Amino acid sequence: MSVDVMAGPRSTAVLARANPLAKLAAALMLTIVLLLSVDWASATVALVCELAVLPLAGLSARTLLLRGWPILAAALVGGYGSALLAPKTGAVLLDWGPLLFTEGSLQSGLAIMLRGIAIALPGVIVLASTDPTDLADALAQKMKLPHRFVLGALAALRLVGLLVEEWQTLGMARRARGVGSGSGFAGRFKASLGQALALLVQAIRRASRLAVSMEAKGFGAGPRSWARESRFGPLDAQVVAAAVLMVAAVVGAAVGLGTWNPVFG
Amino acid sequence: MSPYDADTREHTRPAAVCARGWGWRHSGRAAQAVRDLELDIAPGERVLLLGPSGAGKSTLLHALAGVLGADQDAAESGSLTVDGENPAVRRGSAGLMQQDPEAQVVLSRIGDDVAFGAENLAVPRDEIWRRVGNALDAVGLDFPLDHPTSSLSGGQKQRLGLAGILAMQPGLLLLDEPTANLDPAGVLEVRDAVLRMLESTGATMVVVEHRVAVWVDVVDRIVVLAPGDRGQGGGVLIDGPPRHVLTQARRMLTGAGIWVPGYIPVTRPRRGALDGQIAGQIGGQIAGQAQTGADVLLDADVLLDADQLAVSRQAANGGKRRGAARRLPAAAVASGIDLRVRAGAALSITGPNGAGKSTLALTLGGLLPPLDGRLRAADALSRGAGNEPHRWSGGDLIQRIGTVFQEPEHQFVTGRVLDELNFGPKLLGRGSERVDELLERLRLTHLAEANPYTLSGGEKRRLSVATVLAANPSLLVLDEPTFGQDANTWADLVDLLTELLDAGTSVISVTHDQEFTQLLGGTQFQLTAAGRRTVENPTTACGGVR
Repeated sequence: MSVDVMAGPRSTAVLARANPLAKLAAALMLTIVLLLSVDWASATVALVCELAVLPLAGLSARTLLLRGWPILAAALVGGYGSALLAPKTGAVLLDWGPLLFTEGSLQSGLAIMLRGIAIALPGVIVLASTDPTDLADALAQKMKLPHRFVLGALAALRLVGLLVEEWQTLGMARRARGVGSGSGFAGRFKASLGQALALLVQAIRRASRLAVSMEAKGFGAGPRSWARESRFGPLDAQVVAAAVLMVAAVVGAAVGLGTWNPVFG
Repeated sequence: MSPYDADTREHTRPAAVCARGWGWRHSGRAAQAVRDLELDIAPGERVLLLGPSGAGKSTLLHALAGVLGADQDAAESGSLTVDGENPAVRRGSAGLMQQDPEAQVVLSRIGDDVAFGAENLAVPRDEIWRRVGNALDAVGLDFPLDHPTSSLSGGQKQRLGLAGILAMQPGLLLLDEPTANLDPAGVLEVRDAVLRMLESTGATMVVVEHRVAVWVDVVDRIVVLAPGDRGQGGGVLIDGPPRHVLTQARRMLTGAGIWVPGYIPVTRPRRGALDGQIAGQIGGQIAGQAQTGADVLLDADVLLDADQLAVSRQAANGGKRRGAARRLPAAAVASGIDLRVRAGAALSITGPNGAGKSTLALTLGGLLPPLDGRLRAADALSRGAGNEPHRWSGGDLIQRIGTVFQEPEHQFVTGRVLDELNFGPKLLGRGSERVDELLERLRLTHLAEANPYTLSGGEKRRLSVATVLAANPSLLVLDEPTFGQDANTWADLVDLLTELLDAGTSVISVTHDQEFTQLLGGTQFQLTAAGRRTVENPTTACGGVR
């Protein structure tokens, strides 16, 4: 049996039924607005909106933490660094040798951290609620991207899951040959490199066999039809409308509170 | 006849194949893969294509499917047509099934996967889904359309591939060793699905397969190809009705390693088997001892001792699963295993797919830690390296236990056959005396300079066994060593293994192959689907089971 990263049970969440392109457009709008201004107000409003959307994508706070903790960690580190380096304005909060935090610098750090999380979350939401097959259908049928590339990428993605298992098997098969008995970092590094090369060879061989299968099934021979129709519905209009509202709320809050701080200009 | 049968018969037009002096040379090769082929196959005919390894059988099938590619260096001569047309321009109108079940599957859900070929032929949407449902019924895959393809067994994946082909309604069905990677149950599953398809569509079929018995009763004709290299001819060697060809060319076919029905190659018998009486006596002794609970006396020749062993592939991650389920303990694929491996004894692990045979073999081979229970190497095997095989270093492991994987390519670590064989001895600081002997013994001498990846299936198998034996282990673990092998390689393996056994090496093999198990003798350890196990003939001399 193989591990297939793409074949979990189909998500039953509301957003999973929306067209991937609508979700991508919504995520893109929100991300662009957040890129325009570095301030805590816009980032906070965006973050609150995004957290409210999480249940619609079938994500619980717990799963989000389990899977998305690297983003959180990166945002924390980014925020800390900003607070350390930002212009020291306002009252001094902590002065401990080289560590000097002021109200102004802490505010910058907080803004950077919130913004980092707020920019990452839309991507997480889209990924979690989108089936790769649906995305491929939408890209090829609605965006009119060349189907050879889209479906080729989709088939290749399926093989990625198989690589995980192949890596484990290769590790054991090579240990049975005595590979990796060289001690120390250099020995282990060399062994891993060899295993990676072997994995590459296996991946290419399997891919070329798969390519033969696909070609034999007439792939790329001419115009094709689509068994699954990618379509836009009322839900997609709602998704885009919600994104427009969020963008308005984000900009409105920042301008209203006087924190709007454009990056360009 | 179901409405579906009537419908597909209406839409499927059996194709005719015609080759006139056809030949093909792959790019970068000096020799021609196929030469001067003259062949006519009538619409609806079912043909079994045989020939020695390297006769160009796969090349012909790929050419008929139109997937040989347009390499600039490749050279084609003569003509090959399907229904009077060049196959390359009508790609998708012949269905091709390959050996590797994994390469059969394109998409993640079975409905989408079956629809894929029909989509490429621009079949209208409603018609596609009608065909998908019918095709899945026809191959007997009773799953919802969004069932993940990754959870199917090898035989089910092949049947899925067949359903995809069926949905394209091709007039020509090309099968390239479709059952070589399957267990006996899977072989019948796939063959019967093919037969049902042929009966309902009347399509022409060309099948390449070493195991003649699977197809001989259902084909109209057997065509034997001659090897096309070194300028010694090529093309069709013999062509005729199955019974006729099998009688006329039996000697030639068995010489080429083809599994003709009723043929079992002559192999070297076990020395112990000639001496049945003594074996019986010792066997009785063991049984008697075991009953009185005094089997401790016979422990001198025990190499490995498993006690309530539970095995899992996830044992490698410290028994934890990855990802969302990481808090749950890993599930054992087989548990409660009690067995002993004795010096010079054969132990065959049998059972259905998914029973955990390979996982058990990997654990016994010191490649996976036990999930639960205990696996102890006796002093006779460990020789001071500690009694837990999975903790041994690579060097310690290979001179004690040698594991041969099902897929030989997984174990290749160099780019030359000779280096491959020298790898173990060099690691252990030994000379290469044994290497020359193994090259000779396994008929690999002429390939010493070749790249292991370029060898044929049988040569790869022989090499993978030889590389492990080069380190001279006391215990050999083999995972399905005879899968997909021709009769010659099969006989080589049996000869070699019986010799090793008689010389005192222990051999554990995971296998579905009854003849192989019988010739090696020893004990069978049977795992059942539920992970329990039963023991057959536990009282033989080579007893591996308490």
